[in-house]
Amino acid sequence: MTDPSQERPSRSENFWTARETALSWFLTTDHKRVAVLYALTLIATFALGSVGAAIVRLELITPAGDLVSAEAYNRAFTLHGIVMVFFFLVPLIPATLGNFLLPLMLGAKDLAFPRLNLASWYVFVIGAGLAVAAIAMGGLETGWTFYTPLSSVYADGYVTLAILGVFVSGFASIFTGINFIVTTHTLRAPGMGWFQMPLFVWGMYATSLVMVLATPVLAVTLLLVIAERAFGIGVFDPAIGGDPLLFQHLFWFYSHPAVYIMILPALGVMSELVTAGSHNRIFGYRFVAFSSIAIAVLSFLVWGHHMFTSGQSMYGGIVFSFLSFLVAVPSAVKAYNWAATLYKGRITLNTPFLYALSFIGLFVFGGLTGLVLASIAVDVHVHDTYFVVAHFHYIMVGAAVTAFMGGLHFWWPKITGRLFNESLGRFSAVMLFLGFNLTFFPQFVLGYLGMPRRYHEYDPDLQIWNVLSSAGVPMLAVGYGLPLLYLGWSLKIGEKAGRNPWNAAGLEWTTTSPPPEHNFPEPPEWEGPAYPYPVGETEEPQVQEEAQPKPEREA
Amino acid sequence: MRADGAIPVWPEAISAHADSVDALAIGFFALIWTLALPIGFAIVWFGWRYRRLNEDVDRKQRHHGLTWLELSWMIVPFLLALVFFTWSALLFRDLHRPPADAREVYAIGLQWMWKFEHPGGQREINTLHVPAGEPVRVIMNSQDVIHSLYLPELRIKQDVVPGRTTSLWFRADDPGSYSLRCAEYCGVSHSRMVGELVVMAPAAFEAWLAGTEAGLPLARAGEALFRELGCSGCHGANAAVRAPGLADLYRRPVPLASGETVIADERYLTDSILMPESQVVAGYEPVMPSFQDVVTESELVALVAYIKSLSGREGERE
Repeated sequence: MTDPSQERPSRSENFWTARETALSWFLTTDHKRVAVLYALTLIATFALGSVGAAIVRLELITPAGDLVSAEAYNRAFTLHGIVMVFFFLVPLIPATLGNFLLPLMLGAKDLAFPRLNLASWYVFVIGAGLAVAAIAMGGLETGWTFYTPLSSVYADGYVTLAILGVFVSGFASIFTGINFIVTTHTLRAPGMGWFQMPLFVWGMYATSLVMVLATPVLAVTLLLVIAERAFGIGVFDPAIGGDPLLFQHLFWFYSHPAVYIMILPALGVMSELVTAGSHNRIFGYRFVAFSSIAIAVLSFLVWGHHMFTSGQSMYGGIVFSFLSFLVAVPSAVKAYNWAATLYKGRITLNTPFLYALSFIGLFVFGGLTGLVLASIAVDVHVHDTYFVVAHFHYIMVGAAVTAFMGGLHFWWPKITGRLFNESLGRFSAVMLFLGFNLTFFPQFVLGYLGMPRRYHEYDPDLQIWNVLSSAGVPMLAVGYGLPLLYLGWSLKIGEKAGRNPWNAAGLEWTTTSPPPEHNFPEPPEWEGPAYPYPVGETEEPQVQEEAQPKPEREA
Repeated sequence: MRADGAIPVWPEAISAHADSVDALAIGFFALIWTLALPIGFAIVWFGWRYRRLNEDVDRKQRHHGLTWLELSWMIVPFLLALVFFTWSALLFRDLHRPPADAREVYAIGLQWMWKFEHPGGQREINTLHVPAGEPVRVIMNSQDVIHSLYLPELRIKQDVVPGRTTSLWFRADDPGSYSLRCAEYCGVSHSRMVGELVVMAPAAFEAWLAGTEAGLPLARAGEALFRELGCSGCHGANAAVRAPGLADLYRRPVPLASGETVIADERYLTDSILMPESQVVAGYEPVMPSFQDVVTESELVALVAYIKSLSGREGERE
């Protein structure tokens, strides 16, 4: 296949500039613009969540609770948890890369329900707005898990408002999930069967199933907490006949699958980065595709492993432990298949591939420490300690956000039509990996040493590990912050990217960069397998030197 | 750092169970390396050998899948994981099987302190004295939100849930003072809900018990309450209303009106006092009122201790 990118998109063919007014952004039904709207929103929520994290790590440099009061500290980690989980990590990849790429990868003009897609952004912004209002008015101190009866009877602060925000934003997830499922079923290019789809699409499809099936359970649970706070209905409060463990069952029935809402899209991104970076077809396509579905199914069967010490029955605990061990199988399939994909490849150690390697390291380590937690007798010791904090940060932040960063760099030329500074890109990827490990590895040690999570004060013996952990934060800040700068600069000074700067396979690389409003000048067709590597006559990035209208950011 | 300047890397273990958990955790390190090293090795080796500029390698006959290889790296990790699952589940089962002769202590968690009561009526706050080498069973209730009693040097914790009775047991071997923490986030002063577990040589423990001012022994306090609250009017030997007898009830199976059978453990006894209509004994009318807002958590503990004392435990029988 040769790169047919001699023609360049004109202004009217470029989705950034096809419509000029600010209003056209707020009324857009273009999936690519909705993805941009989501991305800008998520930068804001990430910044807000990071403030909470910074307060927590600054406070924990010393064992005494001396920087902020206990109440302020508890409100800081609650802010961090609620914002990062519900308003950053859950929508992160589906709403940005997923929104942008799913129709492009399938050869479709747009998602199946473009207006529903725009609605999902509005609903999300309203939900986030309610939560931010709750925080601005003073916040709350329940932790993001809202355990009853603490949240329903004893907690102060704007609990109801924050819960309402999470409840409303859940509809954004459901809308996105429905849209992706229907799009995948109905809008694939002629010739593209299920097993010719990119694995990113499989990942999004599996994610969407979880979003549509699990989110309503969270919604109902949160409504019950609000009703309990407002009317004392006694579903969760034992003083009036309720059951606190019922809340935990319902909450984790959503919130465990929610972790897979964060990681399944990341696994999909990874299959794209590994195949493009090694210029090779994925090893064992069907195994990798089905492992996404297997993880999605298993995600619904393991919620009880959050409750090994809660007082649920011994046999219940053992069954949940066994089911949790099963998740290791599809996860192992992914990691081993990526490694095998490198075999006989043509490997370029560029920025996206560095993020991919860093992802594999974090995902494998995070996943295997998950086995330690699934192991019920060890979990009794480390449950609710920093060991758990370290584990879920490796998966939810280390793995998922690193995959997002890799995907953002990989598709940046497609999204903006510009190339970024490769040296700064590699430097940031390495800083992120080192900073992440310095921040979170010491927390495994802290956890096994017995430091419970959500502690404002701790045993002075444990200070050294907390200091190390806090020392990783500035490195992390560089790793996350520097890309904002050089990616931003690339919009003005970056080289023109051409259609397919990585010589990658996939329909999204056959249209112009940035794509026109309806993605393809003519409806594309697909022949042959997924990932028909090798692509391109030469292995060098093909850079367009001619002048090209640069994308303008509006609104 | 510790006071002696050493950097702590591993917590003290003061029971056989803690040693077993440590062995399992160390086994996991071996498992993690076994499963992760092949991936790391393959990535580094392939990444170098098949780098873009290396034209000296054969890139023909690329594989796009090998079923036997796929199956091998599904089945081998699964079987290894299964070994660890079994190992761990057996340890967990022991944790739920307290010896019948375990010494009992009652604990109440509340925002933000731990209250402990020994059967002899000795009460402590945020400190728990126990004898070394003897099994101890802690029976726990919460007065408000969910707490979790965490004893890191014993590698155990158990949530303390309002509205239900939970318990844990241990046999601490090494005398000394160890940490006792709340592990379930319970509100503003969560991180201050800490205390100490004092493990004493048995003789020293007996001396401590004898030398500590004791309130009314729990069972006696419960007996007084039993009369005061009018329980004896129905459950007493010559009661006018027909209610199930309580003698020898503890740890016996109870047939329920629903057809099920439950063991009359602390949880059942507590539930029956607070929610008498939820588990009605077969052959009886559900006429007992709830004592939900009538008794405090400590009174509840005393009542349960009294009912247990009716079951022929040495020296406590009337």
